[in-house]
Amino acid sequence: MKILVGYKRVVDFNVRVQVKPDGSGVVTEGVKLSANPFDDIALEEALRLREKGLATEVIVATIGPADAQAHLRNGLAMGANRALHVVTSTAVQPLTAARTLLKLIEKEQPGLVILGKQAIDDDSNQTGQMLAALWNRPQATFASKVEIANNVARVTREVDAGLETIEVDLPAVITTDLRLNEPRFIKVPDIMKAKSKPLETIDFASLGVESGDHLKTVSHAPPAKRSKGVMVKDAAELVAALKTKGLL
Amino acid sequence: MSRILIVAEHLNGKLNSSTARCVTCARELKPDAIDVLVLAEAPDAVAAEAAKIDGIAKVLTLANAANAHALAATYAPQIAAVAKNGYSHVFAPSTTFGKDVAPRVAALLGVAQVSDIMKVIDAHAFQRPIYAGNAIITVQAPADQMLVATVRTASYAAAGDGPNAAPVEAVNVSVELPTHTRFVELAQGKTDRPDLQSASRVVSGGRGVGSAENFAVIFKFADKLGAAVGASRAAVDAGYVPSDLQVGQTGKIIAPELYIAIGISGAIQHLTGIKDAGTIVAINKDGEAPIFEVADIGLVGDLFKLIPELEQALN
Repeated sequence: MKILVGYKRVVDFNVRVQVKPDGSGVVTEGVKLSANPFDDIALEEALRLREKGLATEVIVATIGPADAQAHLRNGLAMGANRALHVVTSTAVQPLTAARTLLKLIEKEQPGLVILGKQAIDDDSNQTGQMLAALWNRPQATFASKVEIANNVARVTREVDAGLETIEVDLPAVITTDLRLNEPRFIKVPDIMKAKSKPLETIDFASLGVESGDHLKTVSHAPPAKRSKGVMVKDAAELVAALKTKGLL
Repeated sequence: MSRILIVAEHLNGKLNSSTARCVTCARELKPDAIDVLVLAEAPDAVAAEAAKIDGIAKVLTLANAANAHALAATYAPQIAAVAKNGYSHVFAPSTTFGKDVAPRVAALLGVAQVSDIMKVIDAHAFQRPIYAGNAIITVQAPADQMLVATVRTASYAAAGDGPNAAPVEAVNVSVELPTHTRFVELAQGKTDRPDLQSASRVVSGGRGVGSAENFAVIFKFADKLGAAVGASRAAVDAGYVPSDLQVGQTGKIIAPELYIAIGISGAIQHLTGIKDAGTIVAINKDGEAPIFEVADIGLVGDLFKLIPELEQALN
């Protein structure tokens, strides 16, 4: 079984993103870029399934500009067998991303697709669900545990009410939550090895994907700031302050 | 002319307040009609609750044994089929339920989704957060196609009950439902405490609490206040409490009247989850912790000393 992993490059989670003064976007020049943390978890899960003998090949795929190659090499260094790079200089919205990934599915015929539940840049949390719908296959979102046997995945999902377990027939799309696993660190020798692993570039236009970029971002603004609060010196003062505000 | 279909969220025969929050958001579009759709095995009780919400034109029900559990693959084609009956918008709450099902509906309809509406500009323009709330964007959706959206429930108060109950109508759709996705079980933390997502008071603990055993201090204090209990990602990752208590960018986004953060340093991902709270109180031994930048009231000190003192002061 092949596993296809979505592997997006985003602004590193430690960066405190700033809105440009003219509201045209956020500052990305000179800002550290990294793999979307949920995608690292997706790749780690795929690698573990391969190590358990449940998968034969792990393919990482990204949709992004030409310089995203180095990012894919990181995925290869982590342990993916090969990489697919759909090259486009413009950012795509989730529906377009899902349609693009469907083209890769048609080409590769994976038994399982694992994506992060959301990318921490646009925070949309849509692509996996959309892909599953377009593929007409099951989705198991927000996964915190995955067990595979007899072509069925038993997935525990982190939902608001607690932990939900569902069974899905493969092929299927799984999206990862934080506690599914802890991704491994890349070792230096693996970075060298990754350089010779296959990385296929595919021109986005050549896939003939119908654009789903229907939303237009009109402006960016910084979030409303909360006004500076007060410090109290002890428990009694805190209780008094809360009573003054009518909260107790 | 806009007609909004809201997908009701419910569990164990009870309507979730997220549905009434979606109604509040939908009313801001000044639509011609707001209808609520209830998918369930036996939808009557939930439909009756939904029918009371002020501003609803009618409640539609899709009763089917296959709808006993909220499986996105099962629900989505039914929702898409109902939506095609002249609706301009499909709304669902931005809870794990809505996040799971709404994009699947959008993809089936071949339309875009706006996630996490926090403000309505007009029927096709909305504000939503990106980068963990570090930026707020205004997005314009095309007026010539249906729009699917999720509503950031913390941004909207739940609509109250109206003077008259809306009519309830059973509907039929002819779509083939998949068998490839099956519900196994739902493990719910048993608790008599208020629900974290809708509670007016929340007490949260972080890494500073130190252990699962020590978290008893947080639970006891919360009970004293009649508050729900939350936690930071660090506390959940450390195994102090289950994941359904996590507040933040990837956990629950909440807006209680009073939020008390105890032993939480205040990573941006956590602050994203609480910035609509009425009053934020921070208790931390590190006076430099970022949580104090957003706290309305801060208290520096050892939580194990301060909490008993607070309980004393409350008596």
